[in-house]
Amino acid sequence: MKFTIAVFGAPHAPGTRRALRFAQAALAGGHEIVRVFLYREAVQTASANLVSPQDETDMGRAWQRFVADNQIDAVVCIAAALRRGVLDTGEAQRYQRPAANLAAGWALSGLGQLHEAAQQCDRLVCFGDQ
Amino acid sequence: MARSMLVISRQAPWSGLAAREALDIALAGGAFELPLALLLLDDGVFQLSAGQRPESLEQKDLSANLKALPLFGIETIHVARDSLVQRGLDIDSLGHPIELIEESRLGDFIARFDHVVTL
Repeated sequence: MKFTIAVFGAPHAPGTRRALRFAQAALAGGHEIVRVFLYREAVQTASANLVSPQDETDMGRAWQRFVADNQIDAVVCIAAALRRGVLDTGEAQRYQRPAANLAAGWALSGLGQLHEAAQQCDRLVCFGDQ
Repeated sequence: MARSMLVISRQAPWSGLAAREALDIALAGGAFELPLALLLLDDGVFQLSAGQRPESLEQKDLSANLKALPLFGIETIHVARDSLVQRGLDIDSLGHPIELIEESRLGDFIARFDHVVTL
């Protein structure tokens, strides 16, 4: 089955961890992930500046590794990301901000990417918020 | 055939970005002419309240975005009748064309869509 995974909650919200475990289980079960899309507070999971205490799971790093290891199409909503201070180098330059912090593997793009992925998948599975 | 999506918006317009960001999903899908509907449920029905003064909260008027829905092919806003009634909103004084959905029909309505996003 083809899944699109949308994540809405903050990096340490339970749904963000569940989304990662779901994504891992989907691949392990032989399914395909069309795209992972971060929206709302979840955009902060794509910040390269998250720092977790040593004895806690580094959710940003865990997602980043999953995306890299499995060559996941990983998109962060650009409007939601700008509002919450997650910028790539292009946006940091455009808005004259001192730093870019989008972690490697993630791409900023529009909500159209969520809709496009929803058209290509069998199931859109959402994690976080309501 | 295009896959349909229902966006369920459950938050009041001034409780943060949830209502705006739910509406943005609907507008973005409408721009691609996808089969898409918006359902206001629970506190989401407050988005229909007339006479809001967002400037007093240093916010932009979200109802202007709601009014733009028909331009994006979303002609009616679906609204859960019980949510309206429970919050004392007068059905006749809402500023938007709406289609009321009875509590007993909500499940069937939601099940009609291929995808559901709830914010």
